[in-house]
Parts: sequence; structure tokens; C-alpha cells
Amino acid sequence: MTEELREGLPFVIQLTVFVLAAWVGIEVISKVPQMLHTPLMSGTNAIHGVVLVGAILVLGAAAGGGFETALGIVAVAFGAANVVGGFVVTDRMLQMFKRRPDPPDGEGR
Amino acid sequence: MDAALRADLIQVAYLVAAFCFILGLRWLSSPRTARKGNLVAAVGMAIALVATVADASVETYVWIALAAVVGGAVGAIVARRVQMTAMPQLVALLNGLGGGAAALIALAEYHRESASHAGESLPPVLAVGVMFSAIVGSISFSGSIVAFAKLQELLPGRPITWPGQKALNAIGAAVALGLAIYASFDIADPLLWVAVAIALVLGTAAVLPIGGADMPVVIAFLNACTGLAAAATGFMLDNTLLIIAGTLVGASGTLLTKLMGDAMNRSLANVLFGAFGGGGAAQATGASGEALPVLEISPSDLAAQLVYARRVSIVPGYGLAVAQAQHPVRELADLLGERGVQVSFAIHPVAGRMPGHMNVLLAEADVPYDQLLEMEEANPEFPQTDVVLVIGANDVVNPAARDDPSSPLHGMPILEVDRAETVIVFKRSMATGFAGIENLLFHDPKTRMLFGDARKSLVHLVQEVQAV
Repeated sequence: MTEELREGLPFVIQLTVFVLAAWVGIEVISKVPQMLHTPLMSGTNAIHGVVLVGAILVLGAAAGGGFETALGIVAVAFGAANVVGGFVVTDRMLQMFKRRPDPPDGEGR
Repeated sequence: MDAALRADLIQVAYLVAAFCFILGLRWLSSPRTARKGNLVAAVGMAIALVATVADASVETYVWIALAAVVGGAVGAIVARRVQMTAMPQLVALLNGLGGGAAALIALAEYHRESASHAGESLPPVLAVGVMFSAIVGSISFSGSIVAFAKLQELLPGRPITWPGQKALNAIGAAVALGLAIYASFDIADPLLWVAVAIALVLGTAAVLPIGGADMPVVIAFLNACTGLAAAATGFMLDNTLLIIAGTLVGASGTLLTKLMGDAMNRSLANVLFGAFGGGGAAQATGASGEALPVLEISPSDLAAQLVYARRVSIVPGYGLAVAQAQHPVRELADLLGERGVQVSFAIHPVAGRMPGHMNVLLAEADVPYDQLLEMEEANPEFPQTDVVLVIGANDVVNPAARDDPSSPLHGMPILEVDRAETVIVFKRSMATGFAGIENLLFHDPKTRMLFGDARKSLVHLVQEVQAV
């Protein structure tokens, strides 16, 4: 994040990372049984909350209380809600998939 | 610490985080390790966030801390409090927040560059990253919010259509893309904002015409969009972790979208632009034009039939979730099991409002997961099944999908419950399913209807079974 227009990583490297990640993603996820589709979705939902990293970088580098700060604050709040909510709800869901001795109380846990 | 070393350490932390995400997804693919997988992914996220905060370019912490605490707290509270039956809405909402964040990051980044480089054009990679995350993130944001509103019943679940819909959407998409490309040639150009505004309208317009039964496809698709928007912010910010994590999600969402589409024998384009269920439903009439007969059954007769059955299969649908009937249905299954009846649940891949919806719902009611059969396992069993209980499902058991080439459902794989000895359909009324298509199964001579709220019917039925 410099004053210059960033040159950054060569595009080819970024593209390589992208293609390999897509490949790994498809390989790993194609084995998920139907039963776990919802937890998979909400789990990946939490993982795309990784935009929070981007939001922190943008907000952290935004000088003063200007327009970027305002955008960054909302982005960080959105991202944080996405991350925390996503992991918590996925855990709640997966907790149910194991057998428990106590009878259900009928309320959402 | 030396700046170069710090930068390297941050990259190593990102690598560890990426590893955790992949391992987490891998573990998510088995019920035994799934919870651990989610935890590993969360640990990876924590590592990534700590590393990011340590980044030298991060200079102000107050706003970050404040926004993160507020956002995180809201997320945690909502995720803890929400009813399991409201899960599809929550997934849609969280997805929208991620998409919104990606779009905001793109706008902030564009604005920052505009201060120092007005009039110049963006380097191509940065331009594509900004455009993609701004537009796709916005579509994902507004689309998810509309999906949320539909699932929460703030908006009607049926398709909302208007004339020229497809053409208008196509024009909107073209204009948004054109403006964004134009804006990338002059960094200070506010046209990107117009493009984002159009994208927001577009996301709304794309999801409004989609009916409730198609929601699993839409939610999976929006999930993929947000993932890819996140990956695009990675291209924009030169951040490999964002590229990897976003792409993983994009791949998973794409795969799920395809699986859901296959389970309905429809392409994504057909779901997005088909406005399925918008057409008028034909009345079920025989060759002579008269209304077809409907046979009813009382809970006490059904109870006797169930207790003396050898094999019973239960087919749950969205109606089970709406009626919150997952607990009584488990009670019924347990009671019958105690009496030596072999009970299983047959789950259609698109039953409910999100992929795997029924599995989560029944898991909440403590139904052991080995009692749940997927469609491929369940179908060969139906001919040997004495009684099938169809609870709040409709289109996924409609034999027209198999037999009637003129049906809009034709070609969709179904649970072939009509091959069983007897079919009992729990239904509130004779209304059609979300697809608005008449179901001849209800008029089959071997079918009996049990009208009423699914929960009440099941509670009643449980009492009757106990009395037999």
C-alpha cells in the first residue's frame, strides 16, 4: 500500500494462485455428502468473511476521518459480522449432528 | 522488528491460514470431523486477522477495533439466537454482508487511488479487481438481502415478475459493466458509483422473480458470487490469502449450485431467468374434465396402518420446517422403531430452502444421520416400502417429473414414492407447491391425504400410535 499505483505481484502469479485454489477447492468439496451441504455452505460463508482482512487493510491505511474511513468502517463491521456469525452458526449446526444423551428441549440452541 | 522480516512473517501467517481453510473444508466433508473442521477454519481466520492487524500499512486501530467489535458482537448474538428453522435466512444474510464488504473495499480502494491519481487509468489487474468486486459484491449484497427478505417472508416467496424482465436485466448488466470499464480509464470518475447502483438494482431484480423452491440454487449461487468477489479484492489488494480463500468459496459455491441445478434438472440460467412457477396452474382434471377425486385418512386409521407396517419411509419437505414439526416427526419415528417398524427418512437434494436444509432440521430433532437416506439410496427401497409419509413436500415427489414430458418439472429427479404400497400426504390444503404445478400423486388411488397443520397432525398421530 504505497503512494504509487501499485505494481504488486505479477498477475501471472496471482492467476496461478487463483487457478490452483480453484482446483483444490473443487477437489476437496466434491467429497462432501448431501447431509453436510448446509454446514458446508455456512462454513464457506464464514471463510469468505476473510474480506475482513481486506477491510482492515483499507480502513487501517485510510488517513483521517474521510470518506474512505466511513466506507472502511462499514466494511469492517460487515466482514466481522460475517466471520463471527458464520463460524458460530456453523458450529451450532454441526453440534447437532452428533448424538446427544439429553432429550431435545424444542428450542433453538 | 525489521520491516522486511515482518512482511515475511505476515505472509507465513497467511499461508498457515490458507492451510487451515483447506484442512477445515476437508474435515467438513465427514460428519465425524466436521465440527473440528469448522474450528480449524476459525483458527485460520484468527491467525489471518492478527497478521493483518500487524501489517505495517495499518496505522489507525481505533476505528478497526470499534467496527470489528460491533460487527462481531451483532454476528455472534444473531447466530446464537436464531432458530434453526430460520437458518436459510441467516445464511443468506451473512452472505450478503460478505458481498457488501467486498464492494465497499473496492469503492474505498478506488476512492483512495482517485485522490492521488485523478485522470490516470488504473493498471489492468487493479481495474479488473475493482470492477469485479464492486459489481459482483453489490449484486451478491442486494440479491442476498432480497433472498433473506423472501425467506423471512418480508416479501412474498412466490416469483415476482414484470414485463421485459430478462431484457431489462441484460441491459442493466451491460450498462453496469460498460460504466465500470469506462471508470477504470479515469480514476476520479464517479461513474463507478453509478455502476454499483445499477448492480444493486440488478441483484434485486435477479432474485425477486425466483420462487421459494428455487432458493437452494440461488443461495448456493450467491455464496459463489461473494467468494469470487472476495477473491477479486485479493487481486486488487495484492493479497494471496484473499485470493485463495475467496476462490475456495467460489469453487464450493459453484459446485453446490451445479449439484442443486442437477437435482432439479435445470440450468442456472433457467433458474435465474425462468421465473419458475409464474404460469397459471392447471386444475387437475380427468380426461372428462371433472375434478379428480381426493381420498382422506384419519389419524387413528393411519396409526393402525403404521404400527402394522414393516417398512415406513418419511419424506420431509419445506412444509415440515414451516410447521416446526421436526420434533414430533422424530417422536413418531422413535415410537414406530420401538415397535419393530423399520423407519427411514428419504431426503431429496433440493427439499427445503437451502442445500441440505432437511438434514439440519432433522439433526436438530436428534434424528441420527444414519437414518437419513439420499435420493439414490431411497428410490430402490420404495417398492418394498409399506407406507410413505410425505410431510410438507410436493414437487420433489411429483410423478409428472418422470412421466409427463409436457410438465415444467419434467426431467427433475424425484423421490419415487408412488412405487410404494401406500402414500400418505400431510398437507394444509390442496394448494399447489411453490412451483405451482398440480401433483397427480395426490389423486392416485393408493394415496391418502391427511389435511391440516403438519405439526398438529403429527402430534395427534403420535397419540394415536401410543394408543394402538
